[in-house]
Amino acid sequence: MLWVDKYAPKTLKDLDLNDNLTDRLKSLAYSEDLPHLLVYGPSGAGKKTRVSAVLHALYGNSARNVKLESRTFAATASRKVEFTLIVGPHHFELTPSDLGPNNDRIIIQELIKELAQSNQVTKSAHRFRVVVINEADTLSRDAQAALRRTMEKYTTSLRLVLVAQSTSNIIEPIKSRTLQIRVPAPDYESITRVLNRVAQEERISPVPLPEELLAKIFAQSGRNLRRALLSLEAAVSVLPGDQQIVVSNSTTVPPADWREVITEIAQMIIKVQSASQLLAIRGKYYDLIAHCIPPRIIIKTLLTELLTRVSSSKKPSIVTAAALYDHRIQIGNKSIFHLEAFTAKVMNVLEH
Amino acid sequence: MDARQIPWVEKYRPSKLDEVAAQGNTVEVLRKSLKLANLPHMLFYGPPGTGKTSTILALCKELFGPKLMKSRVLELNASDERGINVVRKSIKTFAQLTVSAATPEDKQNYPCPPFKVIILDEADSMTQDAQGALRRIMENYSEITRFCLVCNYVTRIIDPVTSRCSKFRFTSLDRNSALARLDYIRSNEGLMCEDGVLDLLLHAANGDLRKAITYLQSASMFHQGAAENGMEVDSTTVTMESVQEITGLVPESVIEGFLQLTESIDVDTIKRAVEDAVNDGWSATQILSQFHDTIIQNSLIGTNAKTEISLLLSRIDRCLTDGADEELTLLDLLVQCAEIRSKY
Ligand SMILES: Nc1ncnc2c1ncn2[C@@H]1O[C@H](COP(=O)(O)OP(=O)(O)OP(=O)(O)O)[C@@H](O)[C@H]1O
Ligand SMILES: [Mg+2]
Repeated sequence: MLWVDKYAPKTLKDLDLNDNLTDRLKSLAYSEDLPHLLVYGPSGAGKKTRVSAVLHALYGNSARNVKLESRTFAATASRKVEFTLIVGPHHFELTPSDLGPNNDRIIIQELIKELAQSNQVTKSAHRFRVVVINEADTLSRDAQAALRRTMEKYTTSLRLVLVAQSTSNIIEPIKSRTLQIRVPAPDYESITRVLNRVAQEERISPVPLPEELLAKIFAQSGRNLRRALLSLEAAVSVLPGDQQIVVSNSTTVPPADWREVITEIAQMIIKVQSASQLLAIRGKYYDLIAHCIPPRIIIKTLLTELLTRVSSSKKPSIVTAAALYDHRIQIGNKSIFHLEAFTAKVMNVLEH
Repeated sequence: MDARQIPWVEKYRPSKLDEVAAQGNTVEVLRKSLKLANLPHMLFYGPPGTGKTSTILALCKELFGPKLMKSRVLELNASDERGINVVRKSIKTFAQLTVSAATPEDKQNYPCPPFKVIILDEADSMTQDAQGALRRIMENYSEITRFCLVCNYVTRIIDPVTSRCSKFRFTSLDRNSALARLDYIRSNEGLMCEDGVLDLLLHAANGDLRKAITYLQSASMFHQGAAENGMEVDSTTVTMESVQEITGLVPESVIEGFLQLTESIDVDTIKRAVEDAVNDGWSATQILSQFHDTIIQNSLIGTNAKTEISLLLSRIDRCLTDGADEELTLLDLLVQCAEIRSKY
């Protein structure tokens, strides 16, 4: 089992991150009521971990008693849709991308009514049950609109917990009906605290880990705990010893393969600006995409790499181009076009 | 029902027209129609949490009383299926129904006018087709059925429908009415607040009373839960500190920091600041809206620069709505802003 999964904190008590936020969530869960929640923050910040901890605080161990259920639903008389969701004794958990495009509104309408109207099988301290909707910012506008009055009407039997990366794509009427909980990505202190705890459990020495090693891991992690744990595991996995692994300041933290490819692309763009170079780079883009690196991550990482290598006067145009082509990727169809266009644009900026 | 587990927004939903705060003119007109026991078709529109749903429900209750309301009022909202078929079948069927008789008792206590009311809440999410099918029904059965459409976005209602309705615009609540209502709830719940707490809540809620009430209750729950959890807090007094975090407002220091960064074009520094803000979880639209307020009020930025910046803000808002990456978009915003300011 990867360390990331092995050490996912199970209850609020175990949460090593952001003590202040943890305290506030705990307080909410222990009070008599709970408002609808909109939990938002960057990926890897620990939103899901916190939501499951809230469920645990509400319903005790039975909240863990979940199973994956597959259901079919008649979207129209002739069209059946199959989707999966997580079902617990007191909650549902669903993810819009598992519902299939254009179905999210109908399915959510049905499920929520079902949950709101059926009786609880097991007793709990709360009369309401919870529907967790992951990636709520990817819900269609129609689906969000359909939640509006539902959130008010079934308020005695139902609470929604919406989880999103950002509130920018959540419609105002939903924001008006939820308490928004911001989950910041962990800072240096929290990440190193977790790394040290894991190091201890995994019999790595010395603990606390050497400063420079921690700094290297943190720099690569982009304040993402998941990535930090993966880096530590990767760094340690190449070292000898099974009883006790010894690390030092000079222990190397290998960057992910795909990052190295993007560094190469940046170097190629800086070195030669030509049509044949563009063609060579294109092959690399295809490789990255084939390895499921999202085009958005490609553009962002590439921008970072480029900015460390060009003169100040070129930087603003490159930033604007990156934003422009990321936008196009989002609304367009073929991301390779926009990655190439970005590359060509940067070459153009560099030539002048 | 266990009163403790009803959220305050519902507990304090107005059940009479008199309890609806602000919305003076609208309430006035409706009160008159209550006296005349007659109603036109109506369209309520306005931003979230300003009392639209509450007002129509309260009005119906006062017209028919709770018992008769069951047979005289049909409430449909966006969570109900309301495609064209539903309009043609269920809505039409209800519209055609003979008006049920009122008991002598109801008649004594309520006006009980001889018509039914169909509330189409959140009508802006009905399809154009479905709205089109409404037209006829509104006309044919207007003797015995009145419609009340409720929505946030009035432009999504088709003209032929709006032209058949008396329109009532609900406005964001003014500070005084909102404060009075909020303070009433506070004292009714036996809650204490530090100075400035209610003002801050109202400022953050921006005219949305539901939001303000949710904030207030959440703050109170934090205190209560924290006390129950054995922490050293006063469970009955809400502090400024606990409210600040609840409102989700980006601290002014962060916004001011961004503004300062646009005084020179230093892409690397701007990038670090943007990364930090995004990692801290602040949402780009919230930053954008507060940044906008700050720019508008800043007297050091000249007219020409402001003009160009407003074009920029419009474009940035569009990008965010389209789902462009928040970090890149904010970075672009600040870098371009810096470029504009360097020109003037
Ligand atoms: N004008 C008002 N007077 C008193 N209470 C109000 C008023 N507006 C909002 N509220 C409070 O906010 C809650 C929500 O109000 P309501 O459902 O009427 O909003 P709405 O205008 O229908 O919003 P939406 O457009 O989001 O549906 C009410 O239960 C009540 O507690
Ligand atoms: Mg409403």
